[in-house]
Amino acid sequence: MSAGTPTGKKIVATTSLAGCFGCHMSFLDIDERLLDLIELVEFNKSPLDDIKTFTKDCDIGLIEGGCCNDENVHVLMEFRRRCKTLVALGECAIMGGLPAMRNTISLQECLDEAYRLGPTVADSNPGRIIPCDPDIPRILNRVYPCHEVVQIDYFLPGCPPNADLIWDALTSLLAGKELALEYRTFKYD
Amino acid sequence: MAFVRFMLDGQEYLAEEGAQLVAAAKDCGVYIPTLCNYPGVRPKGACRICTVLVNGIPHTACTTKVVEDMSVVTSTPELEAFRKSIVEILFAEGNHLCPICERSGNCELQALAYRYRMTVPQFPYLFPKRDVEAWHPKLIKDHNRCILCKRCIRGIFNEEGQAIFAFGKRGDRLIINIDPETSKDISDELAQQAMDICPVGAILRKGKGFDVPIGRRTYDQQPIGSEVAP
Repeated sequence: MSAGTPTGKKIVATTSLAGCFGCHMSFLDIDERLLDLIELVEFNKSPLDDIKTFTKDCDIGLIEGGCCNDENVHVLMEFRRRCKTLVALGECAIMGGLPAMRNTISLQECLDEAYRLGPTVADSNPGRIIPCDPDIPRILNRVYPCHEVVQIDYFLPGCPPNADLIWDALTSLLAGKELALEYRTFKYD
Repeated sequence: MAFVRFMLDGQEYLAEEGAQLVAAAKDCGVYIPTLCNYPGVRPKGACRICTVLVNGIPHTACTTKVVEDMSVVTSTPELEAFRKSIVEILFAEGNHLCPICERSGNCELQALAYRYRMTVPQFPYLFPKRDVEAWHPKLIKDHNRCILCKRCIRGIFNEEGQAIFAFGKRGDRLIINIDPETSKDISDELAQQAMDICPVGAILRKGKGFDVPIGRRTYDQQPIGSEVAP
């Protein structure tokens, strides 16, 4: 697998699976260091530059969110194929997070509550139809942490991970150094 | 009061004979991590986090008394890895969703996980189905977060000396219940004590909100144990 640009820049891809984009927002919270970052890296598939499909192999893939449907699994597996190093970013990617609160409830019960029996269903879904269209990703039986689906190389906790933690980890990875994980920025909330 | 000599991490110290090893080590400025131990409550040795080597053999430091000539080692790579794996088991075994927990930042389990820089447990998450009891008049019991350390059972009693918490069920369904009778008229102070004695966010006082901002909570700046050994 070859990655990197002719100018020696590393290539980074990011995605949000079953997440809220909070981790991406925290990433943008590195503020003016973004200017330093674009000197070091080029972005490929990412919501930040709106590139929808991989155009080349990447050095680092940042994954926000766990897997709640088959599209998430597909994207995650593609990231594993195209990225040398995968980083699970945030609580949802690491343990499923808030979406995983449904893991103790059966899928049938979840769908019934959302589309058939819930208090707001009467107005919004008079036919009590559970969506089942080939264009809509199929929901999984439960929410899976990323490392239960593919090999993940690094984990950055937080909800969202602190911007300084993301910056420190990213610059360490780009420099080929061990991640420091400073106490002040290493938090689960 | 008799004092005895004992070795702690290669240094000789004096301690009161029969003192609890965790407390004696603390007086010597040596931190032994604990979770089910609580000052003033009879130790149980339930969580095993405080495991140290006493004369080369693993012992729980909360249930071990200091005796003459004992030699204690509190930290080896194996002990630290063992402690970290206990924290990981507890995280994988319950539903510990730190971002939505009222106790986050003040939680001893979370603080130990920070201390050991746990990024993800080495064990698979079990996602057990557990209840939240919000119908008690003074307290909330969130079984998702309970680590069964028994601190509440051992340390909290009402004005008549009756227990408020008790074990229910068995095996992997074991839970700690709130007694609806003895807990219904407890004072706000006792409800607060019950909330404080819980190392995690499994016991909450009703009507109590978040009142300490992020950044100023107990373990936001300094790891647990810093108060003993900076």
